[in-house]
Amino acid sequence: MSPRNRSQIAARRQPRSRIFAALGDETRLALVAKLCSGQPRSISQLTNSQLTNSRLTKGSRLTRQAITKHLRVLESAGIVHGVRSGRESRFQFDPQPMAGIKEYLDHVSAQWDQALSRLKSFVED
Amino acid sequence: MDNRIEKRIELKAPVSRVWRALTDHREFGEWFRVRLDGPFVPGQISRGQMTYPGYEHVKWEAVVQKMEPERLFSFTWPHPKSFEKGEALQDYSKEPTTLVEFRLEKTASGTLLVLTESGFDNIPSDRRLEAFRRNEGGWTEQMKNIEKHVSQKP
Repeated sequence: MSPRNRSQIAARRQPRSRIFAALGDETRLALVAKLCSGQPRSISQLTNSQLTNSRLTKGSRLTRQAITKHLRVLESAGIVHGVRSGRESRFQFDPQPMAGIKEYLDHVSAQWDQALSRLKSFVED
Repeated sequence: MDNRIEKRIELKAPVSRVWRALTDHREFGEWFRVRLDGPFVPGQISRGQMTYPGYEHVKWEAVVQKMEPERLFSFTWPHPKSFEKGEALQDYSKEPTTLVEFRLEKTASGTLLVLTESGFDNIPSDRRLEAFRRNEGGWTEQMKNIEKHVSQKP
């Protein structure tokens, strides 16, 4: 494996583990799912829309406070951004961090291609 | 989300030959470009130094998981933030790790090697994600794009 690519991409993937951690929760995934389908939504909208989404929250409705907490985690990973709209905050999905993960996987994948082709020459010669 | 890499490669060499290239630490070091301190032993840490030109300062460290002769060789290894000189870590113990598995199968012309690297995220279950795929159009779309991209570059 060539460490070069691994290190080049490393510079741009600072919050990667945070992104993965932020996505490793059912409620937050449900929030991301809701937000990535379009327009920014307020905390009230996200709290109220749980009714249509009950299996994602295991039937128990989360409080506004709990939703806010999850949104903050997503925000700190850069997956959503808060935008002021009048008196309330709305949250907007940002595809960039997830695109970053994809890019990292692509690089690791390319390095395996190189390493395996060296293995191939090694055992076939 | 697709959190694993899978590679399949046909090798025109007997399974026993490929097994040796993978698990003999000197042979592994030759094609992988690392100088390992000692043999691979399941449950033990394998240490060494990269020999890849320009990256000789990078430490190799992995924990050998399974060695099932001529079938499966696996280890976990860290994905530290950086390998650049001055930024490369000496201590990997707190870095996130992934699982690397090499599986071998005998074929008519030699050996099929299946490599997987998994655990890039800590989402506990793929099945959980299935639920979201069914429920949410937007999420499905996003995940599809990512998966497509990853799988188009095998």
